[in-house]
Amino acid sequence: MTGNAREQLAARVLDLARSVAGPSAQAEVTVSSTVRGLTRFARSFVHQNVVDTSERIRLRVVVDGSWAAVSTDRADSDSLLATVESAVAAARVRRPDAAFPGLAPPAPLAGGGNWDDATADATPDQRAAVVREFVAAADGLETAGYVESTRTESVYANTAGQTVSGRVTGAAADGIARVPGADGVARRGSVRLDELGGAGLGRIAAAKARAGASPVDLPPGDYEVVLEPACVADIVHFLLVHGFNGRPVGEGRSFVRPGEQQFDAALRIWDGPLDELSTALPYDVEGTPRQRLDLVVDGVSAAIAHDRRTAAAAGASSTGNAIDGGERWGAVPDQPRVGAGGGGSSADLAATMRRGLLVSDFWYTRILDPRTVVITGLTRNGVWLIEDGEIAAPVSTLRFTQSYPKALAPGAVLGVGSDASAVPVRSASELVHAPSLHLAGWHITGGAAG
Amino acid sequence: MFEVAEAAVEAALAAGARYADARGMYQRNESMAARNGDVEDLAQRESVGVGVRALVGSSWGFVAVPDPTDAEARRAGERAAAVARASAQVPGPDVTLVPIEVRQDSWASPCEEDPLSVPLTEKGDLVAGVTATMRAAGASLAEASYQVWDTTKWFVSSEGSRIDQRVRECGAAMSATAIGEGETQRRSYPGIRGQYGTRGWELVRELDLPAHAARIAEEAQALLTAPECPAGETTLILGSEQMALQIHESVGHATELDRILGWEAAYAGTSWLDLAKLGQLRFGSDLMTITADATLPGALGSFGYDDEGTPAAPQDIVRDGIWTGVLSGRDSASVAGLSYGGMVRADGWARLPMVRMTNVGLLPGDSSLAEMVAATEDGILMDTNRSWSIDDRRLNFQFGCEVGWEIRNGRRGRMLRNPTYTGISPRFWGSMDMIGNRSEWTFWGTPNCGKGQPSQVGHTGHPSVPARFQGVRVGVRG
Repeated sequence: MTGNAREQLAARVLDLARSVAGPSAQAEVTVSSTVRGLTRFARSFVHQNVVDTSERIRLRVVVDGSWAAVSTDRADSDSLLATVESAVAAARVRRPDAAFPGLAPPAPLAGGGNWDDATADATPDQRAAVVREFVAAADGLETAGYVESTRTESVYANTAGQTVSGRVTGAAADGIARVPGADGVARRGSVRLDELGGAGLGRIAAAKARAGASPVDLPPGDYEVVLEPACVADIVHFLLVHGFNGRPVGEGRSFVRPGEQQFDAALRIWDGPLDELSTALPYDVEGTPRQRLDLVVDGVSAAIAHDRRTAAAAGASSTGNAIDGGERWGAVPDQPRVGAGGGGSSADLAATMRRGLLVSDFWYTRILDPRTVVITGLTRNGVWLIEDGEIAAPVSTLRFTQSYPKALAPGAVLGVGSDASAVPVRSASELVHAPSLHLAGWHITGGAAG
Repeated sequence: MFEVAEAAVEAALAAGARYADARGMYQRNESMAARNGDVEDLAQRESVGVGVRALVGSSWGFVAVPDPTDAEARRAGERAAAVARASAQVPGPDVTLVPIEVRQDSWASPCEEDPLSVPLTEKGDLVAGVTATMRAAGASLAEASYQVWDTTKWFVSSEGSRIDQRVRECGAAMSATAIGEGETQRRSYPGIRGQYGTRGWELVRELDLPAHAARIAEEAQALLTAPECPAGETTLILGSEQMALQIHESVGHATELDRILGWEAAYAGTSWLDLAKLGQLRFGSDLMTITADATLPGALGSFGYDDEGTPAAPQDIVRDGIWTGVLSGRDSASVAGLSYGGMVRADGWARLPMVRMTNVGLLPGDSSLAEMVAATEDGILMDTNRSWSIDDRRLNFQFGCEVGWEIRNGRRGRMLRNPTYTGISPRFWGSMDMIGNRSEWTFWGTPNCGKGQPSQVGHTGHPSVPARFQGVRVGVRG
């Protein structure tokens, strides 16, 4: 479907909504096309290779203050009419939503999204070539991972007069190399497939795997740590979902208190949907233009992410962070950035530790208490004991139970790396750009032996 | 839809595939969520499309397209073969498929009351009403929801299978959250994820949400001032809902053959289980018998045929404490030298079928929860899952529950907040010394099992009973 066809389809759906629900009805529609190619490898061969195409129409109709949302991937006339009628019927059975904030008013976008023609048209052969480079660079070690390329083109329109469109591409590679008892990982996300560099990633993963061989067990306790960017991405994810999200803030479930120095002064966090790294559309699911949102400035909690509903409840404006399902989950930034410091690489930061841990990756992190953001999880893909600035030994998997805000509290951040990199979180469409962090304490509650 | 799927398969064969299959799917989904007395979200979704899988040489390719015409389906079949050829740039060992009986058949899950035909007003009144009741009973935050899925599949393979299935699933959930000064406490009913099955709306009616709404709100409030779960080693009794989670995470995922073979090593992870020890390794105590059985009527992991056209059949996973079986598909079983697949599914037409739990559950024993409590001098009873974390080999776990109760001298005592326990899987299962009986056997449904890349959400079933474990470390916290 072309951009013009999507705009025409969106206008047609809005006309249909008004014709079925009456001229006073409000409606918003998103028409999006996504093509995703994903090439997975394991045991050093490609074992899954998929391409899927989706054409999705999402409609929300508001009738006399009540609303309902429907979606379909059928664009023929009969199906569209049935979809609109279904939405209107569903809206009419609800009580009016007194807190409905109205539809997004007309507002211009600050950009159209980051797009790369070559990535948009990437072939399975090109993705397989990145895999081949990764496998070859691992120099005989067993490897596993994926290479992905995506393209999304979308139009949003509503009856309040807002019509915006955008298109984005994304690419990601994420792989491990393995030796008995240890894995090493390397990953990278980008707007462009040709920036992934399979060979470089394969070399890093292999080096880490070899450095992790023959790990030792460590007892539970509090350890100084250097966390590499993937760990930092995990921390930021939980802070944003449970802390800086307008929904839990409004309900008194968040730890965040805007204006207070809740974090170490070395910490800066923002949402960067419009920067050159972003793989996000330039507007949110409510059609609100996206913008940079400074969340933590020099350790001070500076802002809360809002969609139109949470913003109205808080007497604020939407920050353009509405997400699919936001009525339940709230507003969550999906392009977080953590400001780099001058600490060099994770190895440079580790060199300043008398005794502590260097951690590559977290795994299966789950929240124990949303208010304090206490998380339990495990290390994965490499942990090393550092003594007097040197690697003393690779370490077996460790379990931790740790309050994330507490780990970043004033005085707790001992160093910020200058090694910020784009970490794909599950896919190329959510990239976290973060450096390594050197933290004063991390609560290890168990090891591989229990 | 059969014709479209057949066109895709024919085109894949013509383009060089030595095997191909295609699934046409029409899916309808409806969900409603209420909060604090009002419906806050009502969503309906329909989706139709075809996914075609082609095997060229030793490599797979998969292409999915929405609502295709015959010509578009043919093009998808050709592209699937081309994708498979691209895979051959980094080739693997030969792929063979364990043989299955070719079937032409129809199957449908049991459904007494079509969930999509129940009036929206009635469903809305239910979820909004229970949240109002919870608020009135003191909940700071009261939430309730239901979900319905109605899926029709048309499966065609180049071996001659031609199978259609209609699976209707639904269920509901509610929770009450109490917000204190320093933390939040939550109670859910019937479980953290609710309860779901391959049944009609009669399942939701049987849950009787209104009868439990006030109780969970009061319990959430009481938890705020309950003493913290003590730290140490003790006798642990788990309710059947938490047991379902324990089975899912530490047995179900651990016995997925794709993990054991290393095919999921980079993401979902691997398994501590070594195929060379299948049939000999002690997984747990003699009381532990786990089956994977997609034939259980109404359980969430039930179907007539999996997404490779293999008919549903029960499979022993652990028998009397010995590891005896795996969850497998046709290609993974062949690699492992096993004779059975039948546990491969995709969450939609746009996704590649992969090894999935069916109904992985614990067969009942001869005790009851009351007998376990009575037989325990000093211990803790925990129920309703709250948090779950397990390592990538499915060996080291730490799980939290919403509520615990102290057990002293054979009696259930005061409520405990923030109960957690941790362990190493075979050691933990080896300590199981009492399990519930058939009257306590519940087919819990998990509607949100994430696995795969791109991520797929699986629906799995977990028949379970309460059980007792010895020498378990509890009260781990940050």
